[in-house]
Amino acid sequence: MCLSVPAKIVKIEGDIAQASIGGSIIDVGLQLIEKVEIGDYVLVHTGFALEKIDEKEAKETLEMLNDMVEEDPEDMIAYIEI
Amino acid sequence: MKHLDEYRDKKIAQSLVKEIQNRSKQKIRIMEVCGGHTMAIRKYGIHNLLPGTVELLSGPGCPVCVTNRSFIDKAIEYSRQADTIITTYGDLMRVPGTETSLLKEKARGADVRIVYSTLESIKLAEENPEKTVIFLGIGFETTTPSTAVAVLEAKKKELKNFLVLSAHKLMPPAMSALIEEGTQIDGYIGPGHVSTIAGSKIYLPLVEKYNIAVAISGFEPVDILQSVLMLVEQIENRKPSVEIQYARAVTYEGNVKAQEMVDSCFEPCIDSWRGIGAIPGSGLKLKKEFSAFDAEVRIPLDIKEKPEPKACLCGSILKGMNKPTDCKLFRKTCTPENPVGACMVSSEGTCAAYYKFQE
Ligand code: SF4
Repeated sequence: MCLSVPAKIVKIEGDIAQASIGGSIIDVGLQLIEKVEIGDYVLVHTGFALEKIDEKEAKETLEMLNDMVEEDPEDMIAYIEI
Repeated sequence: MKHLDEYRDKKIAQSLVKEIQNRSKQKIRIMEVCGGHTMAIRKYGIHNLLPGTVELLSGPGCPVCVTNRSFIDKAIEYSRQADTIITTYGDLMRVPGTETSLLKEKARGADVRIVYSTLESIKLAEENPEKTVIFLGIGFETTTPSTAVAVLEAKKKELKNFLVLSAHKLMPPAMSALIEEGTQIDGYIGPGHVSTIAGSKIYLPLVEKYNIAVAISGFEPVDILQSVLMLVEQIENRKPSVEIQYARAVTYEGNVKAQEMVDSCFEPCIDSWRGIGAIPGSGLKLKKEFSAFDAEVRIPLDIKEKPEPKACLCGSILKGMNKPTDCKLFRKTCTPENPVGACMVSSEGTCAAYYKFQE
């Protein structure tokens, strides 16, 4: 539960935004950060935006998370072959 | 700024591993205190890439794992009271209390609901004025701000039926406690998102007091290898400091707005960590001005601490003194489907990470 997931802000109403995470839309509290705009990427943790991040970082993190929850680990040793 | 291919890049990983091999002379022990790091290290087998001089240990980085048994017992006791709704993050449902878990209580009819955000608890309280909604606040620096927002919101809305049972915890006091207790650690891989909120500054006293190296790391294999290299350099050069490897999401100051919200409603207190014991100043409780929202003040319970099951080594695993494979129950009696100790419950728990990634 400590991991944070990147999301793209698509709608803002007061303190609550709607944000898209890999296609699904969730509500995100904006109380913890300053000045967000539609189109911004944020790190979301337990339903709140923690920080703004850039788009590339957001996409990379999402990909990594998808990877991490995958069942079969791809072993780095085989991958690095030292 | 680097991009994904670079964080995964075989050549970069390879050269980092080589550099670590070249630089690392003395035997050192490095601990990660973030469940996300534990998962990534196990998944990518990073521990197996390092030279024999560098030993990686998993510490108390999973909020579910360090949540005390008596906290679960209290939550269960509240769930048995009339007109009460318990709200919690899903991870906590299967954590065994002394006799039962929230999941089992729910199956027996208790009103326990998983929420994704604290604001859902607020909404539940508004929609059910005749019921008391008790939110189970667990988590470290990353998660506490979410609870603070809910408490401030409840105050603004003058809600009388929203309460928090807080087991929120602070990471640095636990990092000190491990060293004080004698776990031999030369460097910490600093937790990523804890530091996004709290800033790298929170680890400075550790460096000053214990001469320990700290590198705050991201979650990609290359991030972790680079952090290990930073730690090796700091230790070899005898210049321990706090370095930020995860500069894409961490600053020295952290998220000041979030820190202020937490400070406005919480204050440090002594708290018990599962398997580790009481650590002064490591917990957060609601300040007096907010006691109307404090479950333990509004509905006091008398729950005594009970010892952990004898065979479960969670305590010494959280302290870096044992590995899950040292536990007789590991994989046999204790599995993610049927966890004996809390370290097997959350996917970020050390035992669960070892289990999943075939150790
Ligand atoms: S394997 Fe299970 S019983 Fe053993 S230490 Fe881990 S959680 Fe405890």
